[in-house]
Amino acid sequence: MSAVLPLPSCGPKTSLLTPKAWTGVFAALIVVIVLAPILNLMVPADSAFHLSDYAIGLAGKIMCYAICALAMDLIWGYTGILSLGHGVFFALGGYAMGMYLMRQIGRDGNYQSDLPDFMVFLDWKTLPWHWSLSNSFIATLALVVLVPGLLAFVFGFFAFRSRIKGVYFSIITQALTYAAMLLFFRNETGFGGNNGFTDFKRILGTPIATPSMRMLLFVLTGLTLIGFFLLARWLVRSKYGRVLQAIRDAETRVMFTGYDPLRYKLSIWVISAVMCGIAGALYVPQVGIINPGEMSPAASIEIAIWAAVGGRGSLIGPIVGAFFVNGAKSWFTQAFPEFWLYFLGALFIAVTLFLPQGIVGLVRKLSGKAKTEETEA
Amino acid sequence: MTPELMEAGLLAHKAMEGRSGAGKSGGREVSYGRVHEPGQLDLTHGAILYLDDITVSFDGFKALNALSLSISAGELRCIIGPNGAGKTTMMDVITGKTRPDLGKAFFGSTIDLLRLRENEIASIGIGRKFQKPTVFEHLTVFENLELALKADRGVRSSMFFRLSGEQLDRVGSMLTLIHLQSSAQRVAGMLSHGQKQWLEIGMLLMQDPKLLLLDEPVAGMTDEETERTAELFLSLEGNHSLVVVEHDMKFVGELTQNGKNGKKVTVLHEGSVLAEGLLSDVQANEKVVEVYLGR
Repeated sequence: MSAVLPLPSCGPKTSLLTPKAWTGVFAALIVVIVLAPILNLMVPADSAFHLSDYAIGLAGKIMCYAICALAMDLIWGYTGILSLGHGVFFALGGYAMGMYLMRQIGRDGNYQSDLPDFMVFLDWKTLPWHWSLSNSFIATLALVVLVPGLLAFVFGFFAFRSRIKGVYFSIITQALTYAAMLLFFRNETGFGGNNGFTDFKRILGTPIATPSMRMLLFVLTGLTLIGFFLLARWLVRSKYGRVLQAIRDAETRVMFTGYDPLRYKLSIWVISAVMCGIAGALYVPQVGIINPGEMSPAASIEIAIWAAVGGRGSLIGPIVGAFFVNGAKSWFTQAFPEFWLYFLGALFIAVTLFLPQGIVGLVRKLSGKAKTEETEA
Repeated sequence: MTPELMEAGLLAHKAMEGRSGAGKSGGREVSYGRVHEPGQLDLTHGAILYLDDITVSFDGFKALNALSLSISAGELRCIIGPNGAGKTTMMDVITGKTRPDLGKAFFGSTIDLLRLRENEIASIGIGRKFQKPTVFEHLTVFENLELALKADRGVRSSMFFRLSGEQLDRVGSMLTLIHLQSSAQRVAGMLSHGQKQWLEIGMLLMQDPKLLLLDEPVAGMTDEETERTAELFLSLEGNHSLVVVEHDMKFVGELTQNGKNGKKVTVLHEGSVLAEGLLSDVQANEKVVEVYLGR
């Protein structure tokens, strides 16, 4: 009788993506690692096909945001846990990278000291203890993963073990990122106070502000985004992903089926936080600054808006959302700077009321297959 | 005593020493000549579920008042009682959702239910169906059953899980049993109320529980569905023990064949057992009639 069952996602030969989606992934790969470099570096600046440095910088930045939106989708769209504090993980990854970049300045700062400028300004004579690993790039890469991961693990363990759910959890995550912001604002914590870190000169000994370095960071960010997309796809298509969705739909039933929701929630929470941390580490060298503003509650709420606008519960949705909202933002803030926040608020309300599946849901509905694919992508 | 026997005894002794649970099975002594395996269901005393003197109070109101109940292995027991008699609270205590203020709850004769969490209780073999059917609405019927299938519940093994042919057959035969073959790929949220009830029962059976707790399993079912459910439950008896909490006296009548198959019915009232016996005897009981009709 099992032979007649058309079975989804359980045969050993089912592919991770549909052929059409694989084509999309390869197209994205080609754009990121071939097309963009050629159009930016090889095509002369006066040609119509030239991609400006500004465009590359903007796209690189938005791809970092897209990673955050994807991470948000895993925890919110698939597991039903709304985090309004993901900015803290993004910022921690960014600060870990920023500390390394500060040390790379060496004696080229304003005060020609071994110490970062802000420490000289504060009249500090030695590096604080938490800067001791900042000279090593390898250690920095480890910290980019470990610091957000550890914070998420400890915070998540206690929150999920106490069965804090729904809006209460969201509020606590807001408090978490706000508390972290206040901590980083203070000069004596050794993170550069409200100015944060900036004025970076080098990464791995090579100048940071060259076109080729900018392109390298862009390509790395693009590859990370595509890699995380495939990882997320693999996660949500496994039985693990179905348990996450089951937790979203009926957590008590999951419990009485013998699963420990704590482990599932905690694992996806940490994975999501680490993704944000890595996005932050890629963001800082491209944007050239990191300050506590990234930990403001509003920054975290924006991540949730990208995911909601693009479409929760589908993986391509949050990426589309991040590009759409941030593309609109960079246009608006030039054309009508004072109206941007009104537009963002109106957009969020409109999406919540009329497009619960976001842009991706709208496109699917228009192409007439909204229902059948809902659970697939 | 031969040297081989002595050696075997020594090995057994060494194996015992490392076990934390050995020698204090739920606070009592292990009986002579029997090794207590921690986490193993021990049915040698005949009872699969044993509640003793359970008291639960919410803000002074006693939802359960010194409730004592014992279910034999393989038994099908119906529990009836007016609203607020403590039926659902009793289920909550057994499945770890509510911790009682007083009393003991044992699964088999060695597993102390009051020390375990919900998911651990489910893993050792107690399945529970809720009053309101609870299925995973956004997953398909097939996926609902797949998640309930007895398998390693850990995170890593879920990530790398693949259905084996044998497991696929189990899901397939369960779909047939609960009459949902044709809906296998439908999203569970689209099912009718009765179908959801069946799906939830199917999910329970996929876990292969030793004891099933069913809270009003036929609420919202048509007469035909109710009849089929009664047949299903009666066919499960023997391999599984069932506790059915029910309002529908017709269904209780079907399950116990109005007392002809010797199945006992327990009447709860104000948090403790009011009467226990064959359905016909219970229905003739003065106190029960009084409670139900409010005389």
